[in-house]
Amino acid sequence: MSDVAHEMQTSRAIDRSQMQVSDEVAIQITDMNKWFGQFHVLRDIDLTVYRGERIVICGPSGSGKSTLIRCINHLEEHQAGRIVVDGIELSNDLKNIDKIRSEVGMCFQHFNLFPHLTILENCTLAPIWVRKVPKREAEETAMHYLTKVKIPDQANKYPGQLSGGQQQRVAIARSLCMRPRIMLFDEPTSALDPEMIKEVLDTMIELAEEGMTMLCVTHEMGFARQVANRVIFMDQGQIVEQNEPEEFFGNPQSERTKLFLSQILGH
Amino acid sequence: MASTVDASSRQGFKLSQLIYDTRYRSLTIQAIAMALLVLFLSWLVSNTVQNLSDLGKDFDFGFLGQRAGYDINQTLIPYTSGSSHARAAIVGILNTLLVAFLGCILATIVGVIAGVLRLSKNWLVARLMTVYVEGFRNVPLLLWIIAIFAMMTEATPQPRDFREGGTASMWLWDSVAVSNRGVYIPAPVWGPGSTALIIVFVLSIAAIIGFRRYAFRRQEATGVLLPILPVSLALFFLPSILAYFVLGGPVSLAYPELGGFNFQGGLHMRNSLIALWLALSLYTGAFIAEIVRGGILSVAKGQSEAAFALGLRPSRTMNLVILPQAMRVIIPPLISQYLNLTKNSSLAIAVGYMDARSTLGGITINQTGRELEGMLLLGLFYLVLSLIISGAMNVFNARMKLKER
Amino acid sequence: MSDTHAQTARFVRESMLPEREPPLAEVGAVKWVRENLFSGWLNILLTVVSAVVIGWILLHIVPWFWNSVWKAGSLSQCREIRDEAFGPGASSACFAVITDRWHQLVFGFYPQTLYWRPVTALIVFLIAASPVLFPRLPRQALWFSAISPFIMFWLLWGGSVWAPLSVLLGIVLAYVAFRIASRFVSPVLAMLAGVAVAVLCWGLLAGPLTTDMSRILPIRLRAVGSDDFGGFMLSFIIGVSAIILSLPLGILLALGRQSDLFFINKVSVAFIELIRGVPLIVWLFTASLLLNYFLPPGTNFDLMLRVIIMVTLFSAAYIAEVVRGGLAALPKGQYEGADSLGLDYWQSMRLIILPQALKISIPGIVNTFIGLFKDTTLVVFIGLLDPIGLSNAIRASTDWNGVYFELFVFIGLMFFICCFSMSRYSIALEKKLQREHR
Repeated sequence: MSDVAHEMQTSRAIDRSQMQVSDEVAIQITDMNKWFGQFHVLRDIDLTVYRGERIVICGPSGSGKSTLIRCINHLEEHQAGRIVVDGIELSNDLKNIDKIRSEVGMCFQHFNLFPHLTILENCTLAPIWVRKVPKREAEETAMHYLTKVKIPDQANKYPGQLSGGQQQRVAIARSLCMRPRIMLFDEPTSALDPEMIKEVLDTMIELAEEGMTMLCVTHEMGFARQVANRVIFMDQGQIVEQNEPEEFFGNPQSERTKLFLSQILGH
Repeated sequence: MASTVDASSRQGFKLSQLIYDTRYRSLTIQAIAMALLVLFLSWLVSNTVQNLSDLGKDFDFGFLGQRAGYDINQTLIPYTSGSSHARAAIVGILNTLLVAFLGCILATIVGVIAGVLRLSKNWLVARLMTVYVEGFRNVPLLLWIIAIFAMMTEATPQPRDFREGGTASMWLWDSVAVSNRGVYIPAPVWGPGSTALIIVFVLSIAAIIGFRRYAFRRQEATGVLLPILPVSLALFFLPSILAYFVLGGPVSLAYPELGGFNFQGGLHMRNSLIALWLALSLYTGAFIAEIVRGGILSVAKGQSEAAFALGLRPSRTMNLVILPQAMRVIIPPLISQYLNLTKNSSLAIAVGYMDARSTLGGITINQTGRELEGMLLLGLFYLVLSLIISGAMNVFNARMKLKER
Repeated sequence: MSDTHAQTARFVRESMLPEREPPLAEVGAVKWVRENLFSGWLNILLTVVSAVVIGWILLHIVPWFWNSVWKAGSLSQCREIRDEAFGPGASSACFAVITDRWHQLVFGFYPQTLYWRPVTALIVFLIAASPVLFPRLPRQALWFSAISPFIMFWLLWGGSVWAPLSVLLGIVLAYVAFRIASRFVSPVLAMLAGVAVAVLCWGLLAGPLTTDMSRILPIRLRAVGSDDFGGFMLSFIIGVSAIILSLPLGILLALGRQSDLFFINKVSVAFIELIRGVPLIVWLFTASLLLNYFLPPGTNFDLMLRVIIMVTLFSAAYIAEVVRGGLAALPKGQYEGADSLGLDYWQSMRLIILPQALKISIPGIVNTFIGLFKDTTLVVFIGLLDPIGLSNAIRASTDWNGVYFELFVFIGLMFFICCFSMSRYSIALEKKLQREHR
């Protein structure tokens, strides 16, 4: 993993001109708790994300990091506390849930593309049915984003005909077609072969350069160092440490963080 | 979501919350569904009540206590035409259970053999079994039942052909007669001392179970393997045979003999029973064969290779590695085939076998005019039977479930 | 490899070896016979036993077929011909009964001059089914599949063309209403609007429209009553209409069984278990004896329709289980992917989940159809003339009294051809789906 990180750092200079963090709050999580049956997965989570932030969440498996970002678009239901996304409170109101879901894009570990639809149809589906955009316009938008993730020529193929890296880039394009203001990434590179990780990370970097607010659960520490403005370390359902990447990697405070970093960077 | 609850209670309850609030939405939908269902059911019930009163009928199970007044040609419990409709129903139910039970046993035997042979390397046998399986699976069961019944009645000799100089003869040293009136087989006669023989037999079974337990415990403790199969076989046969001779042969067989126009003595199995039994078993056996074949094939080849690589002999590999995994795949669909067989036994109507549908759901309804009550009871019987069988299947599945993440 | 052992003899091949034949025992028929038939004592035993069984069966069947009589007016005539040709008492099949009565076994008492109508209906059915069964055909063909039931209905029962057309009109209007309404209100309300429009159309418009249009533009076929339907045609009509009609209900039941909503889940489970727990024959008797009790007093419609309703309910429970399997086979990620894009329940079911689940379910649905098609023979017990019922009717005539196995062979063969080809199709499709899944 450290190899990839190294290669990435030298491969390309990052254009930071538009990566600015504003004072506007994008996501506000206060005192959030969640249980799976008896198991307390998330404990007293407090997190404020400002517009334009690029946050990387890391931690050992089972630490609740995926559950945390899945709560943000209500794929999981939280039992206590508040989540406010873009000024909309995630309450029991279905209309709010729908609104938040169309504002927040998400990429999964296993892409979750729809195998019975072409790449183009995957991208136009939600704009047409949720945003009620005319088909022509939806297709233009889709082609725009497919060009951006560098696979416009695959538009009429089916997901099964694409490589893993290409599929994940389609998944990113599919989310972008809803013109989200926030993007969530749930271990987007964990299911990929090493040579494909880079193409996906490059796409994510481009997104960051355009000022997208991003929350990434990932183990790509190279990505965290280069792109993130904040790294959060979670363990046992709680936020153990958060800091700027330089400080986080250079001078971790908590013992757990040190142990974790030594395990994933040490060898 | 504690805070949101506060928020909404502060604003007060709005009607739109019934649809858009996740907490109430599901309740709303269910309430509407329930209301619709209740409405529909009450419509059915009110129609039924109206129709019944128009016909001058009521809804009453009292007819079960009345005299049935018809004969049943195969009864497992004492029954005469003077018995009640309830007793006729029970006779029918027992007949259903009898043919279902016999059918399940024969179907399993046929199915397992055909399934294993279909996988055999022997080309001829494998093809023969394929023809059997496809032939039975793709032709309606009803056709098989009536074809076998026709074969039994049209292509077998009459009892009088068995007389001296007749064209037919009995099978197996004059003990089994296949005629167009049915099949006659020897019946066991339990003489004095047979109780002791049965006790000896039961004891030897218990001894086999005890010995196997002991052998496994011994193996766990010391690693020494005892010869389980030979000892079990010896325990099974020796004591009973010895006891039989010591007690002076308490059990004998009564052979069927031709007397007058028909056979006397022995056990008479009616053609209707035999045709239904054979057809059900062969038909279901074809499905079971496919299940068995699929189950064995489902165990990946790597499993047996891994077992061979560990040095297990083929027979041990089969017992310890392949079968336990194949059984997991085989047993659930096998049980649902038993269920199908039981339900299909209602095709008894085609050959005049007196099962539950023919007594309770047939003659009784015709005689009393109680369609509603009779069909309700009949449906209930089949429903309870299948719930019991599928309940057993669920227990099995829960127990056998592979521990997996 | 510089560290080769000193003892290792140096070797360089001068000429390459040509390919050679294996020893005789390893090739051709000898090897095949030895490996496949006589590779061990058990194998030899199996070969001998099965050869004896096959021989015994052939010994009984071949002469019967070989000596068969195809042209005769009655069974006794058949016997005379046999006695003349092969000597009295020879084993001989009298297939003359098939030559004489095959049209009854296939079409029942449908008027002979109108046989082209069921045949055309069958062709229409095959064309309509092909885009569903073979995904490579263009999707536009599905429109034909959608209207084909109305064509088939009109061909089979005849009467004025305007009756099925006005029913079709109701459905089209309902769909239009749904599309328009769904732009303004929620999909559930839009669906209600569609249903309301359809009911209004059928209740108010259909009757007058049919009579008026029949007067203005009398396009009609000779009407044929359900009583004249029989044979394989009847089995096929009952099987096909039950499967097609049961699909929507079956899908709803499967969704209900997957649902988190307690009440809906339990009602679906109860319905499915109730239907599956009781044999079809009991349901058929229910249709013929009890259905009139449950409907408003005075309702009376023909037995065939009652049977189709009952068989539809019956197969819906089985279809529901098949579709449930398809739903369960989809990875959870598909549901989450749809959720994260903001699709609502019905949208994600309609656009994402069901298209995939139904595709996986097609083999199971075909298998259900095979079972149902075979089970349609049970309608004989409530007085409909399916092939077996007709075989009884034929045997009841004086000409053919005593003919059993010839009829059974013919009926069995027809069923075998239909069911076997369908099951081959479903196995092939299953394999294809498995390959795609990997």
